[in-house]
Amino acid sequence: MRLTVVVNGRRYSHEVEPRLLLVHYLRDVLGLTGTHIGCETGICGACTVLLNGQAVKSCLLFAVQAEGQEITTIERLASEGQLHPVQQGFWEKHGLQCGYCTPGMILAAAALLARNLNPTEEEIRRALVGNLCRCTGYQQIVEAIQWAAECMRSQSGTAPKKP
Amino acid sequence: MPKLVGQPLKRVEDPRLISGKGQYVDDVQLPRMCYAAILRSPYAHARLRNIDVRKALQAPGVVAVITGKDILGKVGPLPCAARPVPDLKTPTHYALAVNKVYFVGHPVAVVVAEDRYLARDALELIEVDYEELPSVTDPEKALLPEAPIIHEELGTNLAFEWKMEGGDVDSAFAQAEVIVRQKFVNQRLIPVPMEPRCVVADWDSGRQLLTLWTSTQIPHLVRSLVAGMLHLPEHHIRVIAPDVGGGFGQKLQVYVEEALMGYLAMTLNRPVKWTETRRENFMASIHGRDQVGVMELALKRDGTILGLRYEVVADMGAYYQLLTPAIPTLTGLMLCGPYKIPAVRMTKKAVFTNKMSTDAYRGAGRPEATFLLERMMDLAAKELGIDPAEIRRKNFIQPHQFPYTTPHGITYDSGNYEAALNRALELVEYEKWRKEQQQARQQGRFLGIGISSYVEICGMGPSRAMPAGGWESATVRVEPSGKVVVLTGAHPHGQGEETSFTQIVVDELGVAPEDVTVIHGDTEAVQYGIGIFGSRGLAVGGTAVYQAARRVREKASKIAAFLLGVRETEVELQDGHFVVKSDPSKRVSFQQVAAAAYDPKNFPPDMEPGLVATAFFEPSNFTFPSGTHICVCEVDIETGEVTILRYVAVDDCGKVVNPMLVEGQIIGGIVQAFGQAMMERCVYDENGQLLTGELTDYPIPKAHNAPKIVVDRIETPSPVNPLGVKGVGEAGTIGATPAFINAVCDALEPLGIRHIDMPLTPARVWEAIRAAQTLQP
Repeated sequence: MRLTVVVNGRRYSHEVEPRLLLVHYLRDVLGLTGTHIGCETGICGACTVLLNGQAVKSCLLFAVQAEGQEITTIERLASEGQLHPVQQGFWEKHGLQCGYCTPGMILAAAALLARNLNPTEEEIRRALVGNLCRCTGYQQIVEAIQWAAECMRSQSGTAPKKP
Repeated sequence: MPKLVGQPLKRVEDPRLISGKGQYVDDVQLPRMCYAAILRSPYAHARLRNIDVRKALQAPGVVAVITGKDILGKVGPLPCAARPVPDLKTPTHYALAVNKVYFVGHPVAVVVAEDRYLARDALELIEVDYEELPSVTDPEKALLPEAPIIHEELGTNLAFEWKMEGGDVDSAFAQAEVIVRQKFVNQRLIPVPMEPRCVVADWDSGRQLLTLWTSTQIPHLVRSLVAGMLHLPEHHIRVIAPDVGGGFGQKLQVYVEEALMGYLAMTLNRPVKWTETRRENFMASIHGRDQVGVMELALKRDGTILGLRYEVVADMGAYYQLLTPAIPTLTGLMLCGPYKIPAVRMTKKAVFTNKMSTDAYRGAGRPEATFLLERMMDLAAKELGIDPAEIRRKNFIQPHQFPYTTPHGITYDSGNYEAALNRALELVEYEKWRKEQQQARQQGRFLGIGISSYVEICGMGPSRAMPAGGWESATVRVEPSGKVVVLTGAHPHGQGEETSFTQIVVDELGVAPEDVTVIHGDTEAVQYGIGIFGSRGLAVGGTAVYQAARRVREKASKIAAFLLGVRETEVELQDGHFVVKSDPSKRVSFQQVAAAAYDPKNFPPDMEPGLVATAFFEPSNFTFPSGTHICVCEVDIETGEVTILRYVAVDDCGKVVNPMLVEGQIIGGIVQAFGQAMMERCVYDENGQLLTGELTDYPIPKAHNAPKIVVDRIETPSPVNPLGVKGVGEAGTIGATPAFINAVCDALEPLGIRHIDMPLTPARVWEAIRAAQTLQP
């Protein structure tokens, strides 16, 4: 089947098998190996990408289901050499160890902050239930996202939430 | 320039990992690469009557299919490195099953095809005629006379017996005023690194060089053992372990797939990739724990411990992996914990079952020891009516008693156990919670407080006590421009040693952190090394880096003195310059010294050119981190649900190089222990089917249910290495499980509940509550 899709701002057109998973299309066809595979069953979230801005698991979609849509992977989250605040937060707060879940975790967090710049800790933790991490115990991931939220609020001029 | 050691330097490995530019094995793409998929046994125990691969061979895109008989004599059996007793019974572990399969997931055949989808398609076309045999999965039942024998050539399921004894155990029990006894199950666990295993093999027929990219913690040992299995000289194999997505011991292994992919790449003369599915990872990568045993503690009425004994059955699984027989032995080494226990005995029966092998899983034998002893301390405290903090304090080894040798001959390096306990009690507000517990009980609410004081053995370790070498290597190489390359034989896989090793080198050489690169995980680039496991990265690998950097500094100092025309004792390193002490205006930069070393026109006449040093550090002993964790929880007795109200951890891992990394290791480890304590259990049914075969059936902690951890620490330097460090990678998993269980059992004490085996799922807790309520009038 013919697949035409916009990935990281660039339009691609490929002949693909209908059964090709989106994650394999991104990794094997486009060479975007920042998107990882941890389970192929939609549990672990290592393959999370943004589909039209929404966090989705690319192992649960066929590539052809993304026809005509826009995908953002971890490779495009930083713009013009400037890390996204969530990426910066993960670096500042030690939000990663082995780094394997990290791209998916960062994209899930970026999607959360895109719709809620003032999440409570509980909201952050709930937003990450589809992303597993075996190294960090999540605490520093939560702190990283709080750091990013504060950074984005100050950038957008939104007043920080009162405790 | 302030010292970097001790500072929370942000990780140097992070920029690539947060940008999607890390390189894990599955990211490796090579021209003409084909893909392997593995047919695995659906039976726990069966005879292979026939394997017909003809249809698979004709399937679209299939390049090759191999079975166990095809490779007999070509791929040798997988060796085991551990030999705790001379009469250990060892089954031959072929890379592919030959006559029988011994567990669900046992590799039977490999298909290689043009892409991974076609390879998996062809698996379904292989016809295997299995004759199913009776299986045994319960390690205690495996020892019964009627149990099916798994390895017929061995004639028994008893792999070996092991006994450890120190002090006079029988007289300790004869003199005891109280004996506390409990049976414990340390349940089987699945390690679940987020990156499944993956192997890429590439054969260069011109150089006769096999390159293996593999997701491993021990690249050099993989090279040595795979060379043996493939009958290749060791220098004809290059192993590359790039970024590794978590190991936890599951990748402290050599696996048959590594040899199989090497063999296929060599015979097909094409690169071959195999990527484990999560299901395969659950079935056929090592599991952890799996001990069932009875522990007894002999005490005086005042709480003084006189002795302990532990009789255990340890499940090896169907085969040994790299260290399988050695893991329960580590439990024995640490059975005395942080206490003065004058007599100790452990007797172990290690048995084969129709399950995947157990081996080192984060903590490896020591979480079991801590769990047993710390549960016993609470049971003893309750029996004697002593506060659980007091009974621990009463029996602690005191700071002035170090180095302290246990009755079975383990020498603890240093420690201050009471200081950690006191700090944890203060931090958790122990007295306040005890009062609150009393009030809650009057209101019909069930609060519990659980203490766990632990000491563990790590920094592995002196070579005399290790299956392979216990040293580690490092090369520090200064380039002509003054930039520094560190080659470490240790291989970090998430712990952050690229950062902590950089800190060590920066402090020694006075260069900027960005002028240092740490290289690891490539046997062609790095001198022989052991790898990272047993919390040895910093204590052994970091010390080797420190020693190599010191040697470089000594030579640089000599060159600088020559350039400055003074004696060596008259120069010192200040902010990246060698200066004359008496006149700091006379100086040469570190870069000038490096340049002089490679362009030695104005150079000490008796000195070799170059600025590079290699060190192999052999530690004199293990290190012994310790600490106290306290958990406060509430149990809902209607649902069995446990809520963690507070968790504090006060750990002592010796000197700290990077507190941010230490905190990450501690918190991550505790949450992993929370998984064991509250939710994880690898379950095989009676027929040997793995019931927890996917992440849907085997829950691990998630963001919304992971407890929040309050961390503090005390610092008792280790005398075993010049950095004074101990290691912290496993402390969380070793120290934490009993804190959770002690808290829940403390909460449920008014119901007469004495013990519940892990994991404390709501269902298990609820069942225990219901059983207790039925018993009560």
